[in-house]
Amino acid sequence: MIEPSVLVVDDEVQFVETLVKRLAKRGVKVSAAHSGQQALDVLAGSGATRTDVVILDVKMPGMDGLETLAAIKEQHPLVEVIMLTGHATVESAIEGMKRGAFDYLMKPCDLEVLMAKLNQAAVKKREHETKILEARATLISLRRGD
Amino acid sequence: MTTTDAADTRSYPVGRVRSAVTGLTLIVLAPLVITGAINLQQFQKVYRAKVENELRGMIERHSLIVDSFIDDRLSDVRVIAREHPLERLAEPPFLRRVLSLLREEYHGAFVDLGLVNSEGVQVAYAGPFNLEMADYSSAAWFDDAMANESFISDVFAGLRGSPHFIITTQRVVEGELYLLKATIDFEAFNALVENIRIGRTGFAFIINLNGEFQTNPHFEVALNRPPYIDVLDGGLRSDRITVIDGEDLLGRPSIFTFAPLKQGRWLLCYQQELADAMDEVRQMSRLAIAALLIVSVGALAISLVMSGKLAVRLAAADHERTVMTHQVIETGRLASIGELAAGIAHEINNPVAIMVQEAGWIDDLLQDPDPASDDNLAEIQRAVGQIRTQGDRCKEITYKLLSFARKTDPSVRQVVLNDAVDEVIGLTSQKTRYANVRIATELQPNLPPIQASPTEIQQVLLNLVNNAIDAIERPGGTVTVVTRAEGDAVLLEVRDTGKGIPEANLARIFDPFFTTKPVGQGTGLGLSICYGIVDKAGGSITVESEIEQGTTFTVSFPRSKPSDGPPAATANEREGQ
Repeated sequence: MIEPSVLVVDDEVQFVETLVKRLAKRGVKVSAAHSGQQALDVLAGSGATRTDVVILDVKMPGMDGLETLAAIKEQHPLVEVIMLTGHATVESAIEGMKRGAFDYLMKPCDLEVLMAKLNQAAVKKREHETKILEARATLISLRRGD
Repeated sequence: MTTTDAADTRSYPVGRVRSAVTGLTLIVLAPLVITGAINLQQFQKVYRAKVENELRGMIERHSLIVDSFIDDRLSDVRVIAREHPLERLAEPPFLRRVLSLLREEYHGAFVDLGLVNSEGVQVAYAGPFNLEMADYSSAAWFDDAMANESFISDVFAGLRGSPHFIITTQRVVEGELYLLKATIDFEAFNALVENIRIGRTGFAFIINLNGEFQTNPHFEVALNRPPYIDVLDGGLRSDRITVIDGEDLLGRPSIFTFAPLKQGRWLLCYQQELADAMDEVRQMSRLAIAALLIVSVGALAISLVMSGKLAVRLAAADHERTVMTHQVIETGRLASIGELAAGIAHEINNPVAIMVQEAGWIDDLLQDPDPASDDNLAEIQRAVGQIRTQGDRCKEITYKLLSFARKTDPSVRQVVLNDAVDEVIGLTSQKTRYANVRIATELQPNLPPIQASPTEIQQVLLNLVNNAIDAIERPGGTVTVVTRAEGDAVLLEVRDTGKGIPEANLARIFDPFFTTKPVGQGTGLGLSICYGIVDKAGGSITVESEIEQGTTFTVSFPRSKPSDGPPAATANEREGQ
């Protein structure tokens, strides 16, 4: 069981706060952001390596979910994103998955389901990183001519 | 649509259509009546001429008959006087034989025969009376008879005391003058004239120039009244046939005809009531009027029935249109709600998500080894408070949505535009937040109210504001809603800093189903409905637009008079519904 490191992004401050508390209680390392820009700042500041999964609300004022997703995927391609949507914005979530999001969840969501998806996403991210590390090692050994 | 409205729309055109159709029918009938009247009058004139002609012909014929009757009798007497020697004529048996011959021949027209000498003594006589040796020297006719070769007297009673007239002719023998005198039976002569009867009231009689009846008139006649008095005074020419109008004894309009007899010494008079003479015309006009009446009544009845049917059909069409309009407005409103729905759903979903989250958090805390620790209790209390707060938020949103989604109420009342603007901006706040559009208002305080349906005004505003928000594609645009009073009008302006409307589209934006939005996102009804609603409220809507600069919709409503309708229901009343 890995302990995923998560960033929750939603403009509803109260929602973010409680979710953070609940995730933390389950041993998840959580940070929070209240807009797309803030999320990018957190990722840039803490380093993408420290965050495995971003939980991203689709509909936010300013930079909306899809724009933020695009920015995250561009700047931090390894970070997995789970889209959080309302009923009316499922299309946006699907669009998000086409653009590289790991999965989506409909609000209000069951925490256990969220936990499961977080773990899958984190596993996928870790595997990705491992493969990259292995690839690098192979590359280095090739160069060395072993 | 309420039942009252339906009844109104139905009863309103029926009366109007019916009176219009009836009026039209009358207009069509009027020339018919006028033509009929003219024709009738013309016919009357022509017929009158015809009647006059017939009368002339008739009276001429009869005057000839009478004249020839008298002339023939005179010739008879003259022949007898010339044919036979005086000695024979002086023998009463011979006279009797001649008389009986004449009576046989002429059916008793002759009453008696006599020979009168120059002294006026009747020397021989044949007839029913005992008049031999009667002395006529002082009789009114004797002098005339002596002066003329032949003579026909007026009708008189004479010695025998019954009406008759005589014919005399002279016979001179050896210087001695004798008169052969014949008496003509009055009854026979009278019958000649009295039998002239036409219609119910036409009758004839003969008078002499002294105004004495020569035959009995069938009805009473006063010769001292016009036109007889005029004729007898010589005011009218009596030497030829004359037809004139006048009144009879009872004052009924009548037609009078005169013809001279006996070289103008007698007058054959004919009198008939005009109505009787023109009876055919009267019958004809009665027929014409009856026909016209039947046609008119028929036409009116048909037009009434038809107009009734037409009115019902019009009312049905009207009703259908009203229902249709209402449906279109309703559809447009639902479409507007649909556009709102996305924003609202998200808005409702957020508090719900928070509540679920808080409930989950309480669950988490309760599973702690020591759930009743002070920290946990405080946290649970906070979570419960949060659930209540978010629940209130949900309630507020649903109320807002319901106040709009409630069926439209077309009833007109006083509406203060500023309140409607506040409501709609509250409703669109979510949409503007996510579209990154700023909404500004410049509302004139104490704005005079207008007369309109509050829900419809709300819809106009919502459509205009929604459109304005949609028009802004780049973040940072502004939608400005302005209200102000200007003269007798209350103006509402919705201004955006969006992409503007191409000139080619400007003329079509109020057309139904015209839209530039992608399929599935706009019905094309919004502005057309706005136009309809504003028009209904007696206002007007105009648009100014510049590409990339923005668009301004200006709606002008007439200011409501103080006496108009109840004030708008308060927000609380509406929520309660």
